[in-house]
Amino acid sequence: MRNKAGRKKTVALVELAHARSGDKGDTANVGLIALKPEYYPILVKHVTAARVARHFKGMISGPVERYELPNLHALNFLLHGALDGGGTISLKTDAQGKVFSTALLRLELELPR
Amino acid sequence: MKSRPATVRIAAGQGFWGDWLEAPYRQVTGGPVDYLMMDYLAEVTMSILQKQKARDPSLGYAKDFLAQMERILPVVVERRVKVTANAGGVNPRGCAQAMAETARRLRLAGQLRIGVVTGDDLLPRLDGLLARGHELRNLDTGRPLSDVRDRVVSANAYLGAGPVVEALRGGADIVVTGRVTDTGLTLAPMIHAFGWRPDAWDLLAAGTVAGHTIECGAQCSGGNCLVDWERIPDLANVGYPIVDADPDGTFEITKHPGTGGRISVAGVTEQLVYEMGNPAEYITPDCIADFTTIRLEQVAGDRVRVSGVRGRPATDKLKVSIGYFYGYKAVGTLVYAWPEAYKKAQAADRILRQRLADLGLKFESVLTEFVGADATHGPLARGARGARGGGAPLDQLPEVQLRVGVRSPDKAAVERFTREIAPLILNGPPSVTGFAGGRPKPEEIVAYWPALLDKGMVEPCVEVVEV
Repeated sequence: MRNKAGRKKTVALVELAHARSGDKGDTANVGLIALKPEYYPILVKHVTAARVARHFKGMISGPVERYELPNLHALNFLLHGALDGGGTISLKTDAQGKVFSTALLRLELELPR
Repeated sequence: MKSRPATVRIAAGQGFWGDWLEAPYRQVTGGPVDYLMMDYLAEVTMSILQKQKARDPSLGYAKDFLAQMERILPVVVERRVKVTANAGGVNPRGCAQAMAETARRLRLAGQLRIGVVTGDDLLPRLDGLLARGHELRNLDTGRPLSDVRDRVVSANAYLGAGPVVEALRGGADIVVTGRVTDTGLTLAPMIHAFGWRPDAWDLLAAGTVAGHTIECGAQCSGGNCLVDWERIPDLANVGYPIVDADPDGTFEITKHPGTGGRISVAGVTEQLVYEMGNPAEYITPDCIADFTTIRLEQVAGDRVRVSGVRGRPATDKLKVSIGYFYGYKAVGTLVYAWPEAYKKAQAADRILRQRLADLGLKFESVLTEFVGADATHGPLARGARGARGGGAPLDQLPEVQLRVGVRSPDKAAVERFTREIAPLILNGPPSVTGFAGGRPKPEEIVAYWPALLDKGMVEPCVEVVEV
């Protein structure tokens, strides 16, 4: 096998997508939107529910669900158990999950060159 | 039969209780609009209003709404702009009465009809419903409401567009409601104007998508927009969104000319995915909207066309939002300065926690955040990975705010916690400031209990009164 480092590049998700997040009870949602339509298949392939669950390990207590919106070049993630009980119960600064959006954009992808 | 209008223009004037006070006035004076839609009710708002009503039976609605209506009523009457607002909270009749007095004071008597939508308040009927076998199980945990029945402070069914349409048909110029869905306030004017049938699911879904797009006010017209945020023009003068709706269910999102902000496909998309669950099943009392069918197109500057929306029949349930007393919480903060700001804040947290333990205080939760280091992105912002991802090296931070929150059913424990913050200024780690706000106050927690109820159990009531 050829040198792996030479065939892959690291790309931060923030270069491929923008995002907005909100809350439903103790669940945060992150809508991840491709900055260009041609980036959408990359998001579908690489930003899986399992990958996002690994990214947020230690920050959420429940599972991650993913939904596809190809019409909007967007993915919607539900992060369960993300908000310390959510709403009024939560002690977190981000009790309503407003900035989980940019936290997801910290994700780094290993993409073929 | 009256002729139907070719289009209808609905302007968003308020995205939540506490939104920009200038927005409603700017929306009704900045150009022609047919309707002004104002959303006031978040999930916990009803319990706050229920408490206000318990203290004074004439209260229990969003008082901001009255002040805003006082300012715009002369314009609204002159230009025949109709208003839909869920500002009535747990006392829509009281709200309408107060507004009628305001209108008479402004010498607008005889020129205005107010519609009042009630029937959403289930608090007086709760025991009857439970006795008849409606368990109102928590949608998240599956537990029956009987678990917390003695602590319930508010219970409201989410009504849809139907009763608002009925009020408009009855000649109301201003419709004041209790817990009507945010989307219903925008959908109702379309149903009324275009005569959409109650089973025209694609049309109802389109109107629901329109409602979702503008229900958070400027959040779809350039506010809180991440994409290209620095180049979004003149947010100081931001234009709130307007829906230009067609009878066939297509609509365009725009804003008044000469205002700031931006209406773009990217910005509208951000709002569409906001607080989204399963996008193929956006459930409201009126229909199920499928957000995976939405097509967006930039048709002009600051104008996005929305088409293609498909819908499915509504369910036979209504969502019910119940508030119940949960316990107490308090949050204390102190600010530590360079050098070693982060280490000092960490040391202060350890000392504080030891003192709480030594006092034998029991909490359901104690949460520490270091604002400036990890409060928003947690461990993702820490260490080498965080520095590469834009985080500053933690030992060089110019300042860090220690933020400690506690939660407990025991008010005395939370009270005692609030007295343990200030002493750290003189008997803890050095270079500390930022305590001018004084001792934190224990806060009552009213938690949210979402449930479903058979639609047949809720009967909306509509009245239209002449001012």
